[in-house]
Amino acid sequence: MATVVLFASIREDLGTDEVSCDIEAGTRVSALIEQLATRNGPEWGAVLRAENIKIAVNQELISGDVELGPDDEIAFFPPVTGG
Amino acid sequence: MDFRILVQEEPFSQQAEYDALRSNSLSVGAVVTFAGTVRDINDDDTVKVLHLEHYPGMTEKELSKILEEASDRWQVLGATVIHRVGDLYPGDEIVFVGIASQHRGDAFQACEFVMDYLKTRATFWKKEKTVQGDRWLTTRQSDVEAAESWESDP
Repeated sequence: MATVVLFASIREDLGTDEVSCDIEAGTRVSALIEQLATRNGPEWGAVLRAENIKIAVNQELISGDVELGPDDEIAFFPPVTGG
Repeated sequence: MDFRILVQEEPFSQQAEYDALRSNSLSVGAVVTFAGTVRDINDDDTVKVLHLEHYPGMTEKELSKILEEASDRWQVLGATVIHRVGDLYPGDEIVFVGIASQHRGDAFQACEFVMDYLKTRATFWKKEKTVQGDRWLTTRQSDVEAAESWESDP
């Protein structure tokens, strides 16, 4: 099972910090978001497709619509504000 | 070289961290340290609490990459980053960066570089609890520009 983790305002907007997802190898990020929106509600699509959202796969920042593995950890979060 | 990377709720001791950096090697001729603290006023609002969250695992990896890059660019004999998480209050120390080097030029530059990259790459998020309500902070353009300036600098 893939794990989707959410942080900061994204977590608050969607009301959960983690969901599991059954995806096939090669599923793209856009298809994962589609699946989450279908399963959990359209607000998931709106929040996860926000323009400035950051996505990490297995704790590495990615850009573009990459392919995922069935056991990947996919994180969605807003731009960072530490320091 | 060993990097010391800590993400913790507890306060840190600048003196203890400085002493550890200084004692890395007798070749150390300069230690530059930076500490960031929580301001009481941000964007004209009074801050009561600053809540810090992070992405455990990824944060430490990103910080490690930043220190690796600093030691590729400058001569670094020791490097420490400590970032606090949880609820912090005005006046609290929030972040510490310390760099030990043979010479001050490398230590000054590496320290500033690590802070600039930390601000834009390390997976921390701040939420302010102010008199006017709670709000997540957004990225400052000046922080983005500070980090980008290192990409053109050799």
